[in-house]
Amino acid sequence: MSLYCKIQKRLGAFRLDVELEAGNEVLAVLGASGCGKSMTLRCIAGIERPDTGRIVLDGRVLFDSEKGINLPPQKRKAGVLFQDYALFPNMTVLQNIAAAAPKSTDVLREKWISPFHLSGLENHYPHQLSGGQRQRCALARMLASEPDIIMLDEPFSALDTFLRWQMEQEIAAAIARFGKTVLLVSHNRDEVYRLSAKTTILHAGINEPVRTKQDLYFRPQTYADALLTGCKNIFPAEVNGNRVLLSDFGTSLPVPYGASDICYVGIRAKKIHSAHRKKTSSDTVDLPYRICGVTENVFSYILQVQPNGAQNYLYWELGKDEYEELRFHPPVLSLPTEEIMFLRK
Amino acid sequence: MNLFPLFNSLRISFLATIVTFFLGILGAYYIARLPRWLKGILDTALTIPMVLPPTVIGYIILILVSPKSTLGTFLKTTLGVTITMNWYAAVIAVVLVTFPLMYRTVRSSFEAFDVSLLHAGRTLGLSDTYLFWRVLLPNCRSGIIAGIVLSFARGLGEYGATSMVAGYIANKTATISTTVAYYWQTNQNEEAMNWVLINFMISFAVMFAVNFFEKRTSGRKWRKKDVTIL
Repeated sequence: MSLYCKIQKRLGAFRLDVELEAGNEVLAVLGASGCGKSMTLRCIAGIERPDTGRIVLDGRVLFDSEKGINLPPQKRKAGVLFQDYALFPNMTVLQNIAAAAPKSTDVLREKWISPFHLSGLENHYPHQLSGGQRQRCALARMLASEPDIIMLDEPFSALDTFLRWQMEQEIAAAIARFGKTVLLVSHNRDEVYRLSAKTTILHAGINEPVRTKQDLYFRPQTYADALLTGCKNIFPAEVNGNRVLLSDFGTSLPVPYGASDICYVGIRAKKIHSAHRKKTSSDTVDLPYRICGVTENVFSYILQVQPNGAQNYLYWELGKDEYEELRFHPPVLSLPTEEIMFLRK
Repeated sequence: MNLFPLFNSLRISFLATIVTFFLGILGAYYIARLPRWLKGILDTALTIPMVLPPTVIGYIILILVSPKSTLGTFLKTTLGVTITMNWYAAVIAVVLVTFPLMYRTVRSSFEAFDVSLLHAGRTLGLSDTYLFWRVLLPNCRSGIIAGIVLSFARGLGEYGATSMVAGYIANKTATISTTVAYYWQTNQNEEAMNWVLINFMISFAVMFAVNFFEKRTSGRKWRKKDVTIL
């Protein structure tokens, strides 16, 4: 059970150039809106036709521009969970599922209605369902069509926040039961980290090599990696000899071993601490600062701070207890050097 | 009172609506998928009858199928059928006049339809035929019914093209609209008035049906966009 996909497609000025491979696992495609995530998914499903390339699912060639193969969506066995669910409005829950799996009502009830918490809603029309119920129905319908791969297109974007967590749990369980290749398309780093095993970043139509999620989140390599995994502090940098110059902050850092194409330096907002809390063992860059803005979160504060002499701001997320302590200590923040990310373009 | 004109009008309009129904739906479905420039040309060509005077349409039909034309001669010698000055000539005329109404209402209905439903259906393995009959048409139902009602009503009232190709022959080609004209021309005002009243009743029933249907469906959220076409 595996997916191989290498496709190119041109759409006006936009160019999609994607290559990815996945086994029996959840592969996430992480990217900002308009980066070509959904287009990639639609090409694999057969809704869109790539200009060139090759798509192979479990050894079956779905698309091959050189050999002139382009299977219709009906023959691909590639299930898609659409963003707006795409339930047939003229059919009830049961009819929607029966359309994908023409079986007896009893079988459908047992396999697709009860396990998806749709009991009692069999004869409801989609417009009579809540967002979560619609998604369960769409999920059941997709799985009932017995796909070889499932693709989830921004699965939680249409749901209210309080429903998201619950649906995420349910979808995670459904993915685990499915056990074959799953492609998750999302712009939400937390969702991607929780649901996937491997991740590829798609930026402006071109994707980066597939990596494990830990490798991507804890060792981002590029500007897009850092940005899409939620890094709030990314600044242009320039390598000069064995130092990286950060002109925005009038400071420099030693170049890490073997890196010469560094264009940006980043640090996650949560990894910054006040100097008074610094662990004595760790190596840090200490900067005196002034606070320019305070945003209160439920369990933390996000400060906008300007290091002395700097032309740019840092975002600093800290716990409420640490925030309360700040006024008793000199305003110096410390950036642990092992948390500083050196990024390529 | 001889009710032949009413029967004849209903017969003509009913048959013509069936033909228009299929032509309009298939036309709307296939033309929507054509390349832009071809779509533009066909769109214009097919909706021209809406703005042409019906007598021009009647005249064109006469040129094509009258006993003097090639096709007319052929039909006459092989099948022994003369199309013009018969009630079925009026069916052809009514089809041409009502086609644009059906085509345009159905097409805007199809355009308002969410294509992602068809994409979803295809990924579920459903055939295009299934999706056309079971998903596209049911979800465009209001637009299609609107097209049928409008076409049928327009067909009942058709005068210009009908009178050109079928004329007024009592008990043979007379329709409710040609009958009104005939009685007026022959100064039988009382008879004419009877048929005027019948026309009023039919029109009232049709508009009542349209409004009733509109109210019934507009309560359903997912059909609202279809109903506005009425």
